[in-house]
Amino acid sequence: MIKNITRKSSPWQLTENQVTDETVYVNRRQALKKMGFVGATALLSTHTQADWFTKTATTPFARQALTASPTITTDEALTPEAKVISHNNFYEFGTAKNDPVENAQQFKVNPWQLSISGQVDNPITLDYEDLYKSFPLEERIYRLRCVEAWSMVIPWIGFPLADLIKKAQPNSKAKYVAFETLYDPKQMPGQSSRRIGGGIDYPYVEGLRLDEAMNPLTLLSVGLYGKTLPAQNGAPIRLVVPWKYGFKSIKSIVSIKLVERIPPTTWNILAPREYGFYANVNPQVDHPRWSQASERRITSGGLFARNRIETLPFNGYGEQVAHLYKNMDLRKHY
Amino acid sequence: MAAKVNNAHLVFALKLTIHFISLFLLVTLYIEAANDQLGADPVEAVLHFTGIGAFNLLLLSLLVSPLAQQFKWSHLLKVRRLIGLYSFTYALCHLLSFLAFEVQFDWGLFINEIIERPYISVGMLAVVILFLLTITSFSMMKKKMGRNWQTLHNGVYVALCFVALHFYWSVKSDVIEPSIYIAMCVFLLYFRRRKIRRWFHRS
Repeated sequence: MIKNITRKSSPWQLTENQVTDETVYVNRRQALKKMGFVGATALLSTHTQADWFTKTATTPFARQALTASPTITTDEALTPEAKVISHNNFYEFGTAKNDPVENAQQFKVNPWQLSISGQVDNPITLDYEDLYKSFPLEERIYRLRCVEAWSMVIPWIGFPLADLIKKAQPNSKAKYVAFETLYDPKQMPGQSSRRIGGGIDYPYVEGLRLDEAMNPLTLLSVGLYGKTLPAQNGAPIRLVVPWKYGFKSIKSIVSIKLVERIPPTTWNILAPREYGFYANVNPQVDHPRWSQASERRITSGGLFARNRIETLPFNGYGEQVAHLYKNMDLRKHY
Repeated sequence: MAAKVNNAHLVFALKLTIHFISLFLLVTLYIEAANDQLGADPVEAVLHFTGIGAFNLLLLSLLVSPLAQQFKWSHLLKVRRLIGLYSFTYALCHLLSFLAFEVQFDWGLFINEIIERPYISVGMLAVVILFLLTITSFSMMKKKMGRNWQTLHNGVYVALCFVALHFYWSVKSDVIEPSIYIAMCVFLLYFRRRKIRRWFHRS
């Protein structure tokens, strides 16, 4: 499934001008909203109504070009960029898939501070510029499988989390890694309103076992499709763990802490029966409310696209990660 | 005489408006979705829109008789059936879109999901009830069925509860919108409290 390549340009660059601009999607959604037929919260949402008048006045979140050497690719069709950046689960900016692209455009990411602390001999703090300069950037095309049974194929730009952790020199007590998203209710409407934020207790937290974090596939991403990350995709820096359900890949990270004990994780706290700590993609273990045996791959097709495909164990990355769970019952540790 | 004509005109205009809005929204929805102009995942957009649309129309149909009573305008009752029929139409589109575009005619998966997932089971039951109400909604059937007709059509309250439950169970964590809908259901059932109390006393 994965092959290492050495080429100068990315495979998606040829198709970039063929994709629909994301404003088209946003406008269509807005049109539906204007017809006043999207349920009760739309009527109550002053935020959305303000949007209708201020939309044209706001400037979109700025993204800079990034150079990265392609290291992992696939022959699967990519999800068009316009879809990758307009279909997001980022409840800090609202619970609907198109809320983040509409609500996150004013998000300020510079200055930014990411701290690596806890059970390490060399605590590190990365400033905004450091995120792009500290490690050589790679482009990796990964499948992203959401726990809601849809998936995308995305050309990420970033560096292995292992590089950063090694630099921080974890001590012998370090067994797990705990991640935390920015907590800034002024900028993130979902954090200041339980209605917008879907009733989650913020900040969003996630975690990995140390060996999972050190696996070469685990990526800290700072960009996608040749540019820095859009706000709605978790700018300026996010985790990408391609063999786990998407909610593990925490966005807009400010803290990475090496810890002794298994850290709390947001969706597990909210619904422990539905979302485990491991959350490995597993077609054998259904979500209590829907099947995980197959998924809909989001590409450029419309309603009639036949895009339901079988879900693979570990999202197709079993060769690289199955050994991490050798003697574990993955039905129990879902 | 003049008042009678006005009432008929008003009912006609209302019906025309209901036809126009319901059909226009549905047709534009499917055209845009087919052309991939409805967000990144047109399937999700279609399912959400038809689902919430069916719920909105069902609530609207149950708002008709309290409104007619309040404003003492019984002619309003003449649009109730039409709104109910469109609620079923939207619910059917919701179900068929799930089959055709979400599970994509994987019949095994389709049947499995209906049986194994409680939120889909209650949604399915609601569609079945609305279907029964639809095929018995014509005046001929009403005459034929006599007293049984009203008994069957009280099933709309059961359908309403199933739809509310379906919505509440389907969300991941954002229960506020479903909760608002449940509050609206309770509000509408409140107007029928005597009727509902009578059922419980009988059984």
